[in-house]
Amino acid sequence: MKKALQKTIQTIKMAFPMILGVLLLISLMNVAFQGEYSKIFTGNYFLDPFIGAILGSFSFGIPITSYVAGGELLKEGVSLLAVTAFILAWTTVGVAMLPIEIRAFGKKFAVLRNLLNFISAIIIAVLTIATLKILS
Amino acid sequence: MRSKNRFQEIPAGWKFLITVVLLYLFVAVFDFDFARIAFLQFAETFFKVVKILLFVFGFMFIVNLFVKTETIQKHLGKDSGAKGWFYAIAGSIFVSGPPYVLFPFLGELKKQGVKDSLLVAFLNNRNVNPTFLPVMIFYFGTAFSVIVSIYVLLFSFINGWIMGKLLDGKAD
Repeated sequence: MKKALQKTIQTIKMAFPMILGVLLLISLMNVAFQGEYSKIFTGNYFLDPFIGAILGSFSFGIPITSYVAGGELLKEGVSLLAVTAFILAWTTVGVAMLPIEIRAFGKKFAVLRNLLNFISAIIIAVLTIATLKILS
Repeated sequence: MRSKNRFQEIPAGWKFLITVVLLYLFVAVFDFDFARIAFLQFAETFFKVVKILLFVFGFMFIVNLFVKTETIQKHLGKDSGAKGWFYAIAGSIFVSGPPYVLFPFLGELKKQGVKDSLLVAFLNNRNVNPTFLPVMIFYFGTAFSVIVSIYVLLFSFINGWIMGKLLDGKAD
């Protein structure tokens, strides 16, 4: 029980400042880019998830932070297609974390895995939105 | 020099928060109203999200209480077969943690002979986490959360299999 509590507290200590920072930054971005997101994200089935995945690739953290960031961007007019690729790339592609990943698994593994997950993030985003459209 | 070392010791999350706060202060110097509007927007969002976060952290504690990383580690061995896939996927779903914690842990498993395909499957599924699901549903809805989770699970097999072919030489 003590170990579980310590582990949870450790995660909260790590996640909470990150979530606060992300919310603060996105609020600032939203004011700066008011009405501009819809011009960048037009709903294009290739470009939107591609841009979303690139943006997500530069941050690599726990999923909850990406949901908060993605959800807020969605409210501001970023397409769901881009946001889906963004949240998927955020958790599975990590350009900033690449040195740590290379140290743990080797260069070939790290580069191939990131590349594969980048492509998957785009494919999954397209499939998810297409499925949602079919079902609705 | 000493203060530089102290800053390096600060956890990444706090460094990020401090940087954003400094950015706000910088913006406020030039355009106070701009920073004020942004901060009010932040406060409004934060109070909406905080209730769900409390629930998530409570649920995380329960998961940590019952799911032990040692159990998953035990079942990811060299000849684990289908059972290995099951534990890699179950492990990735229930074990939450930042990458800088997960990488050394999984790197250690790799040294112990765990297949690359299983490691890829493990890293792929971090989006399918019941602990964080309430937040995903809150922002994107139930239908989206279910569909995206199914695809992520499916692609963890596909990506694991591809990486297994490329690196392990074979993937079972």
